[in-house]
Amino acid sequence: MNELWNQIDLSWSWLTSAEQWEGANGIPHRLWQHLIYSGTSLFFAALIGLALGLLVGHTGRGGFLATGLANVARAIPTFGLVLVIVVIDYSITPVLIALVALAVPPILVNTYEGVRGVDADARDAARGMGMTGWGVLWRAELPMAMPLILLGLRTSAIQVVATATLAAYPGFGGLGRYIIDGLARNDYQLVVGGTVLVVALALLVQSVFAVLRRLLVSPGLLGTARS
Amino acid sequence: MEIDWGWIGEHTSDLGENALLHLRLALLPVLFGLLISLPLGVLCRRFGWLYPPALTLANVLYAIPSLALFMVFIQYTGLTPSTVIIPLTLYSLSVLIPNVVDGLGSVSEPVRQAATAMGFGPLRRLVRVELPIAVPVVIAGTRVAAVSSISLVAVGQLIGQGGLGYDIVRGYQLQFPTQILAASVLIVLLALITDGLLVVLQRILTPWARARGTS
Repeated sequence: MNELWNQIDLSWSWLTSAEQWEGANGIPHRLWQHLIYSGTSLFFAALIGLALGLLVGHTGRGGFLATGLANVARAIPTFGLVLVIVVIDYSITPVLIALVALAVPPILVNTYEGVRGVDADARDAARGMGMTGWGVLWRAELPMAMPLILLGLRTSAIQVVATATLAAYPGFGGLGRYIIDGLARNDYQLVVGGTVLVVALALLVQSVFAVLRRLLVSPGLLGTARS
Repeated sequence: MEIDWGWIGEHTSDLGENALLHLRLALLPVLFGLLISLPLGVLCRRFGWLYPPALTLANVLYAIPSLALFMVFIQYTGLTPSTVIIPLTLYSLSVLIPNVVDGLGSVSEPVRQAATAMGFGPLRRLVRVELPIAVPVVIAGTRVAAVSSISLVAVGQLIGQGGLGYDIVRGYQLQFPTQILAASVLIVLLALITDGLLVVLQRILTPWARARGTS
């Protein structure tokens, strides 16, 4: 336990020392890189996952294929994908592709399950009120699936924030830089410091989604929907 | 990109060995995860106040990058397989605990009452009725945990724990895509086979679902 406190103390002094907060290897710059990588990949993953999930859930066709594909995508080793494409084409794009592949499955599966799970009576009622297919999707199915959709987005966001650390291995910076450098130099202070930053970011993501849940989920659903 | 099939042919036995090691490193954590989350899930159902903190803890652990978690454990477990197995076990908990709790929650009240009326005590009701009914949801979680675990073990190579991650890192160091690609494809295959076996296991464990034609 003593050792643990020692570590926390060391990383705290690392986190709070002024030199860590400026320059190209400073925390703000690394954090910014990390946010850009995570944000970009999450954006594209959400685009793909939501569109496919809504389409498949709404039409009820291809559900088996979609969840199957999502499971295959989950099996793709992000680490291998990052490195193989980096060897072929050294740029940040491969890292982003790998992160998108990582983030799509939870979004897709949750969106699909959310829409499919909408009560058939509610769907019929929406139709009975004269809504078109789009209307049913936007005004009935989407709002009712929202809790699950947000859960999928949250899972993906946290995974992406944690995994974007791998971008540092082939040399693209981000918060993983500290962890990889610390590993290379046997400098635990650096490793723990970097980890603390990533975890803090992930917790921030969690709370952002807690706020989104309040804003986007209809109060009528919050009482009964599973979180 | 050229794939060097000759290299693959010469290294099938190495790749196979690494694949087996990989599988062991990936699946032991899922097994341990199940051993922890089954009793914990049962406790969470019984004592409702336990669930939110257990879930939050699992979620926080999930937010720690695998690489960092490995590093933290190195100081306690050294460069051993435990340094990979313990963190991956912790990850699997974040999927398994909610699924065990939801699975047990999917047991309908009439079924529970019927079991009680048949004279089942709490323990026998749990083992003979509630857990079997929870099987599909628990296995759904196990599939996700197993597949992600198989994909994550590759990162363990950064602390020298071998498996197919070895080929990924080695291929990168040598700028030799074939080796990275071969290892990655093998990882996907291992994941798919494991996933398929879990589906089969579910069918075996829930024969009634098939009889009803709703499997």
